Amino acid sequence: MDTQNCFHCGLDIVKEDEIIFDAKNFCCNGCKTVYEIFSLNDMTCYYDFEKSPGATPQDISGKYDFLDNESIVSKLLEFQENSTAIISLNIPHIHCSSCIWILENLQRLQKGISTSQVNFPEKKVRITYNPELVSIKNIVYLLSSIGYEPYISLENYETGANNVDRSLTYKLGVAFFCFGNIMLLSFPEYFEVKEFWLDHYRGFFRWLIFALAMPSFIYSANGYYVSAYKSIKTKMLNIDIPIALGIVVMFIRSAFDIIMDYGPGFFDSLTGLIFFMLLGKMFQIKTYSFLSFERDFKSYFPIAITKINADTSEESVPIYEVLKGDRLLIRNQELIPVDGILISEQAEIDYSFVTGEAVAITKKSGDKVFAGGKQIGKVIEMEVLHSVSQSYLTQLWSNDVFQKNVEQKHKTITDNISHYFTPILLLIAFVSFTYWIFIDATTAFNVFTAVLIVACPCALALTAPFTFGNVLRILGKQKFYLKNALVIEQLAKVDTIVFDKTGTITTNKKSNISYEGTTLSDEELLLIKNVLRASNHPLSRMLYDYLPLPILENISATLTKKMKVEYFEEITGKGIKSQIFGYTILIGSASFVEKLEDSSIQQTAVHIKIDGIYFGKFIFNNQYREGLEELFQTLSKQYKIKVLSGDNEGERSVLERLLPKGTELIFNQKPEQKLEFIKNLQEKGNNVMMVGDGLNDAGALAQSDIGISISENVNVFSPACDAILDANEFQKLNYFLKFSKNSITTIKMSFTLSLLYNVVGLTFAVTGNLLPLVAAIIMPLSTITIVSFVTVMSNYYSRKK
Amino acid sequence: MSVIYLLITISIIIAIGFFIAFITAVKTGQYDDDYTPSVRMLFDDELLKPTKKEIKVEKKEENKLDV
Repeated sequence: MDTQNCFHCGLDIVKEDEIIFDAKNFCCNGCKTVYEIFSLNDMTCYYDFEKSPGATPQDISGKYDFLDNESIVSKLLEFQENSTAIISLNIPHIHCSSCIWILENLQRLQKGISTSQVNFPEKKVRITYNPELVSIKNIVYLLSSIGYEPYISLENYETGANNVDRSLTYKLGVAFFCFGNIMLLSFPEYFEVKEFWLDHYRGFFRWLIFALAMPSFIYSANGYYVSAYKSIKTKMLNIDIPIALGIVVMFIRSAFDIIMDYGPGFFDSLTGLIFFMLLGKMFQIKTYSFLSFERDFKSYFPIAITKINADTSEESVPIYEVLKGDRLLIRNQELIPVDGILISEQAEIDYSFVTGEAVAITKKSGDKVFAGGKQIGKVIEMEVLHSVSQSYLTQLWSNDVFQKNVEQKHKTITDNISHYFTPILLLIAFVSFTYWIFIDATTAFNVFTAVLIVACPCALALTAPFTFGNVLRILGKQKFYLKNALVIEQLAKVDTIVFDKTGTITTNKKSNISYEGTTLSDEELLLIKNVLRASNHPLSRMLYDYLPLPILENISATLTKKMKVEYFEEITGKGIKSQIFGYTILIGSASFVEKLEDSSIQQTAVHIKIDGIYFGKFIFNNQYREGLEELFQTLSKQYKIKVLSGDNEGERSVLERLLPKGTELIFNQKPEQKLEFIKNLQEKGNNVMMVGDGLNDAGALAQSDIGISISENVNVFSPACDAILDANEFQKLNYFLKFSKNSITTIKMSFTLSLLYNVVGLTFAVTGNLLPLVAAIIMPLSTITIVSFVTVMSNYYSRKK
Repeated sequence: MSVIYLLITISIIIAIGFFIAFITAVKTGQYDDDYTPSVRMLFDDELLKPTKKEIKVEKKEENKLDV
């Protein structure tokens, strides 16, 4: 048995760090502490529901100091009164039944919490507590200490009670109520038995049916009337026109029949039709409530920041209250919320998410720092130059693309069909009407209405919702989350794909490090590793992690102990100078080790010099995603592929080798330039799909016909987009595109099928033979065949790789 | 046989009763989260166990005091 998994978090245990507690193995102290908390409180059944469900608690000291500020807290709360307060916290780690159990039993861990309720699909916990007994800060600390750190961002600021639109559920309920009761009451009519009692009560049944049909006709179906009216106004013939026409005609004709005592009318078909169509609508709406497709910088930014007052005291202030001239304190891994000037001696700022540059940038005292960067390493101080809304980054959101209402950007496939369908339908209705009017006036009216009733494109209208609804679910299972059904049609139309580089086709997680130069012995590697241990520079740490551990084992322990760093100096922007075990070691940039190098080669490298002899350099290459080469090979057969990057040209040669010939590579692109690039492509008539990940792609994602954001952790942050793809499924992109194309084929096949039903129905109608019973059979029959056909077909295509 | 009027009226009233129940259920947000309750339902038994233990422990302590 080589590796063991941590009892708490399930990660592999590194032998040296293993902690055994209570006869259980833990990977680190953090995990052990969580277990201790639970076992002390008799809550170890947390581990019974799911195997190793936990997460290692992170160090959060100081991170939530802003929760001491009353005004910030009051903005976060949903409800507040003397002894009761309610807060909803977003907890990304919620993933299993153990999570639900522990979070709903918080009151046993902390006095003052009365109830807590988890909303699993939204990954939220709603905590009711007594602010006199426990502060929100304590709750957040408690959650963090058991591995459930909440995610609080600027987005949470001013969270009022959000209104959920439940009107579709109500409409569906009303429609089903009417449909079900009318079906039951219609049974006597179907059999047409000449029986005294049935004849006697016929009027009662019919009027009851009439009354029951009213709510469905007036309330449930009103969406179709509104939509039809709007589409006539804009002269775009959509599918709702024939539907609304069919419903209205059906209602008038049936009402007429009942009032004049001609027959039972078509109320059963009418309510059934409304019910099925609403069901289709419902099915198409598949929402991923834990995701958000409308995010902007707000959900990336912290809610408050530490300000240093004139008397050097520290205070948490809301981001919006940060003014020009304020001094701010930025801790390790914290985000710089505004543009400013660095006061501290040195800072390492990771801009990868904002600009696309892969490697952290070193800034010196007096340098400008821009909003959106993440500080890595020590605590820094900065002075504010612009307030949040005027910062460089946030200005991107004032671009037109973000203001545009993009609702009716594209014509859907169903609307295209109805463009032809509606005029033809009206033509048939009028032709048959004029034909019959010379023979018999009553039949003429009957035929006219029957044509409109039977041709009501119920099956046609149901095809797309059911196909797309099913496809959305299939894709969602494969971790490709679409905003709505329209995205599928757009996916099928794409002909150009633009990729971002950093974070999209490369991973943020680790760089690929290679070594060039004289081979280093184990002993020398050990020396280097020991020196690097003392350094906080991001590159040092990456290199430290990269250097293999076994070299430590090969050398005797006594020797390792002797290797104490005797002298250590870190020179900002250059490198490390240190003395260890009698050796002088220089680690740093080319100029630092006095190595003459062709400066045209742009790459990130760390050079090594020991005792005045130059050894070589460690080169940090970008780590490309798995399966990237194959994916681009297959994609390039059908699509034009372009790569946009905010980074420098250092990776050009690697990319050229990796990617198929003809792939356009463009470097040094600012966010606005990316947006313009997409716009230009669109003006040339291309359907552009943008695949990006960071804030720097936000403009391009909004401008493109379809923007997909790649995310390592879908819960936390992704810029506004049409679809979110889990980073691990990146290589499946081609399959997703193919699948969406196939789903359009499915829809087309199903259209043919439903048109066939219409032809059958129309022959009944035109000849004047449409009995209510025939209508009542054709309508559900066509619905059922269409729904099962599209479901089977889309599932079949989903298995085709 | 006018009982049929009565029967149908009653059946419709019952149906309307269920319909109102459905509407109120939607209104109070019972359909907003359809996953968590299904899991929560299974916890109830587990919850009782620890409380029993606590009681036992308390009893033991009382006994000790008595002795």
